[in-house]
Amino acid sequence: MISIKNLHKSFGELEVLKGIDLDVEKGQTIVVIGPSGSGKTTFLRCLNILEKPSDGTVEIGGLVADFSKPMSKKQIMAFRKQSAMVFQHYNLFPHMTALDNILEGPVTVQKKDKAQAKEKALALLDKVGLSDKADSYPHQLSGGQQQRVGIARALALEPKVMLFDEPTSALDPELVGEVLQVMKDLTQEGMTMVVVTHEMRFAKGAADEVLFMDSGRIVERGTPDEVFNRPQEERTKRFLNLIQDTDTI
Amino acid sequence: MYLNSIFSNPERLERLGDIAQSSFLPLIEAAVQFTLPLSVISFILGLFLAVVTALARISTVRVLQWIARVYVSIIRGTPLLVQLFILFYGLPTVGVTIDPFPAAVIGFSLNVGAYASEVIRAAILSIPKGQWEAADTIGMSYSQTLRRVILPQASRVSVPPLSNTFISLVKDTSLAALILVTEMFRVAQQIAATNYEFLLLYGQAALIYWIICFLLSLVQGRLENRFDRYVSR
Ligand SMILES: Nc1ncnc2c1ncn2[C@@H]1O[C@H](COP(=O)(O)OP(=O)(O)OP(=O)(O)O)[C@@H](O)[C@H]1O
Ligand SMILES: [Mg+2]
Repeated sequence: MISIKNLHKSFGELEVLKGIDLDVEKGQTIVVIGPSGSGKTTFLRCLNILEKPSDGTVEIGGLVADFSKPMSKKQIMAFRKQSAMVFQHYNLFPHMTALDNILEGPVTVQKKDKAQAKEKALALLDKVGLSDKADSYPHQLSGGQQQRVGIARALALEPKVMLFDEPTSALDPELVGEVLQVMKDLTQEGMTMVVVTHEMRFAKGAADEVLFMDSGRIVERGTPDEVFNRPQEERTKRFLNLIQDTDTI
Repeated sequence: MYLNSIFSNPERLERLGDIAQSSFLPLIEAAVQFTLPLSVISFILGLFLAVVTALARISTVRVLQWIARVYVSIIRGTPLLVQLFILFYGLPTVGVTIDPFPAAVIGFSLNVGAYASEVIRAAILSIPKGQWEAADTIGMSYSQTLRRVILPQASRVSVPPLSNTFISLVKDTSLAALILVTEMFRVAQQIAATNYEFLLLYGQAALIYWIICFLLSLVQGRLENRFDRYVSR
């Protein structure tokens, strides 16, 4: 489903991604962990071309983007459609209701039939447990509810891959569970997902593979059991030790 | 003195009452025929110009940025009255003659365009980067992002400062009297020239300006409330 080769990203002089290689099978859930500034967010943003990679190729769902060559707007748009991003701070549109947030992609961008799109959006709201919040504005929702709308908005685009950037790290602890549950459901339904998170529970319960990133490289990878319980690399051990006490990794 | 003479002289008091009564209608007529249309038309054209200018300022195209900067700098750096005089009295000397009303519309629109563009630019820049990213990830184009996501939010932030711009504009239209537009202040001048009751006529004009601006501030309050329904916290 995803095939990443030699992905590089620099901001001016600063090289943030120093050659990432990764293959993800359809239906797999990959969890990415790593210290602050290691490039996790940048990595996800590159997959959705919110940030234009400096070099390398990424294939998602059969569509290949070669970043060593210039890309047209149209190519970027087409490639971006393969995946959808869920943000740390939800980034819902505050002037639209929950339902309109979800409809914005299918109706305004993809020009789908409004009635059908609405039916589907309501089903998505139901799926994330918010069928009674269709007409609420974001500021009337809790953080956990907002993030679930964020997930529904991404799902409405019918992406082949879902990208999550620390979806629960801005939430009060008691609201984390409801968001993780929605994500676990998605995993079970066979969605392909790349998730940056430090939620141990989620990684252990849902991840097929865990990647440990440091300084723009994937330093260690394996099953959750391998990475968490028998880390091979010194840097991984140190990172896990550092945050062992907390509930998150 | 003046007050003294009014109250010690019932005839004069009566005369003032008559004049106030007979000049009220022409003043209101001038306000409705010229002051208000001049304000509204100039504001709408000016806003349009302001959005274009603000977008040019935040665009990545150097030439556009530069044109917008020069335009704003010239308008802000020169007196409005001088601009109006250049348009109405200056341009005819190079063969471009514009009637009073259109000349005033052009002058005021250019002014609103420059001042409001700074307001709109600041409002656009105040929208969090996450909003652009969310629009990106759902596949919106630049113009869709502006129309659907950024400008609706920016316009909310802009309501108070733009209302001030509009209220200033209503008062500034009195300057059009000096390029022969028969708006309210010019009518007041004309009537006063026949009866020499300057205080009365200018006082009446001031009162009507104040009432218009007061009503506008009520509208501003309602607009702000309307926009507030989706504001967080
Ligand atoms: N737009 C940008 N311009 C310049 N530097 C950037 C930009 N975005 C990120 N960086 C830099 O790239 C590096 C990696 O940032 P990134 O946000 O990907 O890290 P992260 O692993 O997601 O960290 P965190 O856990 O704190 O979210 C950091 O040093 C950051 O300062
Ligand atoms: Mg990050």
